[in-house]
Amino acid sequence: MIFLDHLINGLSLGSIYAIIALGYTMVYGIAKMLNFAHGDVIMIGAYIAFCGLQYWGIPPVLAILLAMVFCTLLGVTIEGFAYRPLRQATSLAVLITAIGMSYLLQNIALMIWGANPKSFPTTFINGSNIRIGQLNISSATLITIVANIVIMVTLTLFTSKAKLGKAMRCVSEDRGAAELMGINVNRTISLTFAIGSALAAVAGVLLCSSYPILQPTTGSMPGIKAFTAAVFGGIGSIPGAMLGGILLGVIEIFGKAYISTELGDAIVFAVLIIVLLVKPAGLLGKPMREKV
Amino acid sequence: MSEEKKLPLLKVRDIHVYYGAIHAIKGISLEVNEGEIVTLIGANGAGKSTTLNTIAGLLKPRQGGIAFAGMPVEGTGASKMVYKGLSLCPEGRRIFQQMTVRENLEMGAFSRPNEETEKSMEQVYEFFPRLKEREKQIAGTLSGGEQQMLAMGRALMSKPRLMMLDEPSMGLAPILVEQIFEIIRDMNAAGTTILLVEQNAQMALSVANRAYVMETGRITMEGDADDLMHDDNVRKAYLGS
Repeated sequence: MIFLDHLINGLSLGSIYAIIALGYTMVYGIAKMLNFAHGDVIMIGAYIAFCGLQYWGIPPVLAILLAMVFCTLLGVTIEGFAYRPLRQATSLAVLITAIGMSYLLQNIALMIWGANPKSFPTTFINGSNIRIGQLNISSATLITIVANIVIMVTLTLFTSKAKLGKAMRCVSEDRGAAELMGINVNRTISLTFAIGSALAAVAGVLLCSSYPILQPTTGSMPGIKAFTAAVFGGIGSIPGAMLGGILLGVIEIFGKAYISTELGDAIVFAVLIIVLLVKPAGLLGKPMREKV
Repeated sequence: MSEEKKLPLLKVRDIHVYYGAIHAIKGISLEVNEGEIVTLIGANGAGKSTTLNTIAGLLKPRQGGIAFAGMPVEGTGASKMVYKGLSLCPEGRRIFQQMTVRENLEMGAFSRPNEETEKSMEQVYEFFPRLKEREKQIAGTLSGGEQQMLAMGRALMSKPRLMMLDEPSMGLAPILVEQIFEIIRDMNAAGTTILLVEQNAQMALSVANRAYVMETGRITMEGDADDLMHDDNVRKAYLGS
């Protein structure tokens, strides 16, 4: 039973990583850049939801929606002002800009909300626990896992069926050819940032519901872990981000439970290194191939 | 309508294109009339593809003008040119390798209303029955000839008034080259104006009405395709005889 508890905790944590990893992987796949500010968009989303719940007293669903809308606008703005002018620049310049953006967001949060950690209100999500036999699942855990599944199915359908979703895949594969089809590349990249950032807001609320300490650096570590998850699963691949996120969460929880609490994170990264040695493109990454 | 008929469908006037400091196109002028097949031949590196990419809007001319259907279009941007009725089947095909044949064709119709897609696809399948057989296959697994057909079919999906083809015969076996050129003729007969860039000058001149010869960023000769085919200089330089 303890094993099952750990497994469910791992799935829940992994689901959060997976939702964040989707943002990394989609932006990487389509804009060909690592958006290191993604983790901090999560933190901003959590603060917005926190303000909604704590100060403005709006209903939880509205607070989450507000956070999503805000983060969507934030993501599109960041892309438009900071990344778009660098579309032709070296990837190193873009990477440094993204790191700078990450610190900018953290410092803005520090300015507005201060350095003292806020205690995220979790009562709205932790209504009642669900008991299955001896198994005790908190509603936060359940909601996290369900949200992850819903997001995964929706995104998969969107990219495989919707015209704009397919356009995203075109831009990801060959930007020039996509333009020749009449696809507006800039708008497609904006859309990608919008989706990724809205998901970041959801991840922020879910993260703080399970680990309710909110401070300006809250997004950093989950951001890095989710980035790891995206690489683990094969960066650029949506199912890869899902698989990578969930495996990462499960490995982390099991590592902490059965091997060493202190070494939990180290174990996660050790597994990543081993996987990348065996499969350099990640678990579901596509090896580069070219046909003449 | 009659006004427009008299104007060339495409008119390029003295364009200059640079890659950084390299002056790749040094003042090119050419015209394509509605209903024609015009070919642009020349050696590797003469600037043929650069010319097509500039007309398609992928590159911006630093100087000179491009008019399509009587409207100035230089600097319009590739994604908008498709909506104006101009489509480029690029060098190296550049099909979406990870998508299916059908999805590639659907994306070719991105600029068209969704209701049209099915009908356009039927028409494309008439030109390329092979593509229909491979409809569900991932495009990257097609043979070279099939990939070329897919690239052409995809370009046709946008129902262009002018289709530009960049080296459609590249890397294909002679029998496939014949087949591709036959289809080019058919597409033209069905009403699509064609601007063709080729290294295979023999084949290109045999299907074209008119031709331009390019050398290091300039047009050195132009005229009737038949006349050029029998021109001594052209024969020596490009037809190997």
